[in-house]
Amino acid sequence: MSELSFLIINRRAPYASNQAREGLDAALTAAVFEQSVSMLFLSDGVYQLLKEQQPAAIGQKTLSANLQVLPMYDIDKLYVCAQAMAERNLSTDQLVVPVELLDKHAINALIKQQDRVLTF
Amino acid sequence: MIFSIVVQGAPHTQQSAESALRFARAVLAQGHQIYRVFFSGDGIHNGSALATPQQDESHVVAGWQALARDHQLDLVVCIAAALRRGVMDAGEAKRHDKSQHNLAEGFTLSGLGQLTDAALNSDRVITFGS
Repeated sequence: MSELSFLIINRRAPYASNQAREGLDAALTAAVFEQSVSMLFLSDGVYQLLKEQQPAAIGQKTLSANLQVLPMYDIDKLYVCAQAMAERNLSTDQLVVPVELLDKHAINALIKQQDRVLTF
Repeated sequence: MIFSIVVQGAPHTQQSAESALRFARAVLAQGHQIYRVFFSGDGIHNGSALATPQQDESHVVAGWQALARDHQLDLVVCIAAALRRGVMDAGEAKRHDKSQHNLAEGFTLSGLGQLTDAALNSDRVITFGS
């Protein structure tokens, strides 16, 4: 089967719902199927990438470990909405993984390039 | 065109489940095909045989079952999400030493690989979110 480009879009804060983990799992699964996978973080989804999260205090597992293994699955293209970062007064050095900041036009272009888009 | 549909919302909690069902009907009515409907997250409640909405309400679970019967739909419920939330078939009930099972007829339990497989075998994947 030919390789398709998958974009996993994450829009939710990390621990208020299970959407962040579902998005990560979907990304890893597509990568195991040897597809070309990238991820885009929009809106409150950018909070998924923050360093030094301690969700054990609320009975949850940290996402950081999963995020840091993404390159081992050849998922090394992580995109973040620049506006979402600015609105939340966040900078890329506060994030647990290297990312590329995109403005709205670049996000439109990125989505348009994809063969498949899954949203979480 | 071949579609797959991802349902992340629980019926009677979020409109996305009902919207997904209506979208599926519309897709088929227009002569398109549906490769698979994949239920994840709270969407797994679409596969509960015990769902009993009031009689004057839409019965989403029965809606999926009727559509599956008429069109041989592949209704796949994410197994990890379902077990966490207490929806399982007879096999899983036995494996996890439960006295009951409640996966509705017409649905099957399987893993996330079925979502990737659906994306690979469909022209469009439409997500109905939570």
